[in-house]
Amino acid sequence: MGETDQNGTVVAEAEMPSATAEMLSHVKRLLGGGVSVAYTSDTEIVLRAELSEIVTLLGTLRDDAVAAFAQLTDLTAVDYPDRPCRFEMVYQMLSLKNNLRLRVLVPVGEGQSVPSVVGLFSNANWAEREVWDMFGIFFAGHPDLRRLLTDYGFEGHPLRKDFPLTGHVEVRYDDTLRRVVNEPVSLVQEFRDFDFLSPWEGMQGQIAAGNAGKQGKGE
Amino acid sequence: MGVIDPHSAPAIPPGPEQDVILKAVGDEITNRGFVIAKADKLFNWARSGSLWPMTFGLACCAVEMIHSASSRYDMDRYGMLFRPSPRQSDVMIVAGTLTNKMAPALRRVYDQMPEPRWVLSMGSCANGGGYYHYSYAVVRGCDRIVPVDVYVPGCPPTAEALIYGLLQLQKKIRRTSTIART
Repeated sequence: MGETDQNGTVVAEAEMPSATAEMLSHVKRLLGGGVSVAYTSDTEIVLRAELSEIVTLLGTLRDDAVAAFAQLTDLTAVDYPDRPCRFEMVYQMLSLKNNLRLRVLVPVGEGQSVPSVVGLFSNANWAEREVWDMFGIFFAGHPDLRRLLTDYGFEGHPLRKDFPLTGHVEVRYDDTLRRVVNEPVSLVQEFRDFDFLSPWEGMQGQIAAGNAGKQGKGE
Repeated sequence: MGVIDPHSAPAIPPGPEQDVILKAVGDEITNRGFVIAKADKLFNWARSGSLWPMTFGLACCAVEMIHSASSRYDMDRYGMLFRPSPRQSDVMIVAGTLTNKMAPALRRVYDQMPEPRWVLSMGSCANGGGYYHYSYAVVRGCDRIVPVDVYVPGCPPTAEALIYGLLQLQKKIRRTSTIART
């Protein structure tokens, strides 16, 4: 996924395969001014949309006879702590009819709630539960918004960048209580982050400086 | 009939020499109708010869556990049969990453096993968290939840390593005296 500016970089439509270019212009016509094109490749279209319009937008893409993005392959979120709108929802659509994929990106601020798309795609149910579990993004109108993966009674949202790697609690069997108990984490040895790319500490700065531009683009 | 001490004398290979001893044992049983053994030894022989592991595959280690049970290594040779219920098993093989969410379930299954029972921890994850040692969701070693008898290292350990671990467990069982002296 391209870390693009708000206007986005758009591949010239002449360079694209005709099917993708046609779909792009069709989708633009279909959705009107509500979306901006963030990025396109040979086989993918990435759109940026507003939070309030996401349900109607996905519905339109699904129900349109030409576009026919009938499948929601996945739904996830990304945490960008530096951005004013901290999270970004990612909806991955697939049109089996056209053999094309489409991605919709939606910025979400902390504390903002996202309208649920379970009414459109029932497979969004667990995906939205997972996003709620991992990022703490609330989905308005979800029929059963519980945690999906983490332990019962878990606190915090692990995929947020400010969540510590080792978490806050660890478990142990207590012989006197005769059950498994949660306790604050106490590590024998702190986590050590090895840079396996450079065996010489002296090279670290240069490698980081040289790669800085590349990493920004390639990420 | 001579006394054979398995600890000092080398094992007698199959052949005429072994046949003589087996025949002597056979004659002894036919003549008297019984044989005499120490209760300790008898119990340990029975226990180590029919270790029934609880099927508890948690991750990729389970695949190696399956290999050790299937035809090439064939744990059946040692009287080890995988059981689907903790109430029918003697040994639990913790094969894989034990997560925080799974820990109460593991302990519950262990509590349901009848005495005497043993635990074999298989692989880095079960031994000490392994690759996921610093994870927020993984137990740093299954010995935080259940008492472990044998640790098998590896990521994942090979089927041979698991068999070796089980043979070590057999040895450990044979060493114990069954009847506690007070």
